[in-house]
Amino acid sequence: MRLLETDLLVVGGGAAGLSAAVEAAAAGAKVLVAESDLHIGGQLVKQSHKFFGSRDEYAGTRGFSIANILIGEISEHSSSVEVLKNTTVNGYYPDEGILTATVGEDEYLHIKARKIVMAAGAQERLIAFPNNDLPGVYGAGAVQTLMNVYGVMPGKRILMVGAGNIGLIVSYQLMQAGVKVVGILEAMPRIGGYWVHAAKVRRLGVPIMLHHSIKAALGEKWVTGAVIQKLDDTFCPTGYEEKIDCDAICLAVGLTPTNELLWQAGCEMKYVPQLCGHVPLRDKNMRTSHPDIWVAGDASGIEEASAAMIEGRIAGHAAAVAMGFKSNEAKSNIYWQRLMHLRAGEVGEKVRAGISQVTVDGWEGIH
Amino acid sequence: MEQIRSYESGVLTGERPGAQRPPDALWVSKKNGLVVIECPQRIPCNPCATSCPTGAITPFSDINDHPVVDYEKCTGCGVCIAKCPGLACFVIDRTYSADESIVKVPHEMLPVPDIGDVVDCLGKIGELICKGKIIAVLEPLKDSTRVLHVVVPDAAIDDVRSVRRCSDD
Repeated sequence: MRLLETDLLVVGGGAAGLSAAVEAAAAGAKVLVAESDLHIGGQLVKQSHKFFGSRDEYAGTRGFSIANILIGEISEHSSSVEVLKNTTVNGYYPDEGILTATVGEDEYLHIKARKIVMAAGAQERLIAFPNNDLPGVYGAGAVQTLMNVYGVMPGKRILMVGAGNIGLIVSYQLMQAGVKVVGILEAMPRIGGYWVHAAKVRRLGVPIMLHHSIKAALGEKWVTGAVIQKLDDTFCPTGYEEKIDCDAICLAVGLTPTNELLWQAGCEMKYVPQLCGHVPLRDKNMRTSHPDIWVAGDASGIEEASAAMIEGRIAGHAAAVAMGFKSNEAKSNIYWQRLMHLRAGEVGEKVRAGISQVTVDGWEGIH
Repeated sequence: MEQIRSYESGVLTGERPGAQRPPDALWVSKKNGLVVIECPQRIPCNPCATSCPTGAITPFSDINDHPVVDYEKCTGCGVCIAKCPGLACFVIDRTYSADESIVKVPHEMLPVPDIGDVVDCLGKIGELICKGKIIAVLEPLKDSTRVLHVVVPDAAIDDVRSVRRCSDD
């Protein structure tokens, strides 16, 4: 069995993980990135819309172009960064300090790392309703993968459930791919995503139905329609129902942090609704209660890719410094300021409330 | 399906911070037009301001600021139309003819209309407002976001915010 040894293991080759890898490599560390998908770039590769934020977070640049920028940075450090694709890190054995991973279905690996950045991203939530197992009921991530990675149309008439940023953006991308979006349902009294994303799809004629949810998918062998229902202010059905003609249903009802390895490693975890699940306590450098483990991106709480990239840089830099590589405190401070600016407004309120529950002053005293 | 027309579902209603109408006195005679921004929610985003070549979109002190336009400085160049990730910037030139204006809109759908095409002009909930003629198809940032110049009746300038090819559904 192969044993790989590295200074820093980065679990996840998405926005946060690649940023962490670049930063640690720049400081002089030898880095191994383990990515479960067949390609690196994470969710960025599926994003055809232009990103928000400031120039520092590549605002105005399409997501897949940002992935290419990060991949370019990784290749500039090709002598110190090794990327393993199709590789899932699936176990952490604290006593031996060993992580296990599988490459595809063929190879089983041992990895020994001095430090680890966990940047495994998030998993989609699904909701329960009759027939939600019919072919044609998708999560938004699957729709994006089919459409934007493999060029496969997920359906011809699609009903979107959820008007957060993902539901709104994927609706727009579906329309760009030539799919008719018959409507977007949102249980809340207002859209959850950015107003401008909603305006984009509204002006193309897509109805956004607030106070509405899906009651059932219709069909025998695959989706042929849906029953939707109107909700009152307490989210109870009002009795008003409508049948919708569609051949696919896309669920964009939220994400939850991928945290299994953090649990296994014994990191101190806390359930934080604002961050959409159990997340590890961390200090300002994204270090968890485990002295060798940092966290970044959606795995540390659900937020935007721009924040994930900055968190990755902070974590990668801090992990390298903890191993004795050169510190650049000025840079580290700039990253923190950028993160604070991104979260400063009204839309950052929820994230700020969440982060404040899990941020500790620093583990220096503990370790 | 029930159409809910409300601000909370992404439809602009009235003037709001971040969504102000240019002053008429300047606007009616301004060659090349003035920018109309419809960005009423404070979000962490500033490319409109940082890309504006004349500083007409006032530099933000906080990245969450609403865009504020100094209309004396706006030349109607349309860089912000192509740059804005929210597709929330438009330029409207009211000097085109006695009773027609040019609405300059971002466009990211295929196939791209051609110069001379007559298209359906759509309002804020995708409703058909009028027909319009495409007189320019630009790609200012060479990044696939087109800026279409559409000639519409003067009365339609507050409504028209996108176009659809007439052959589309």
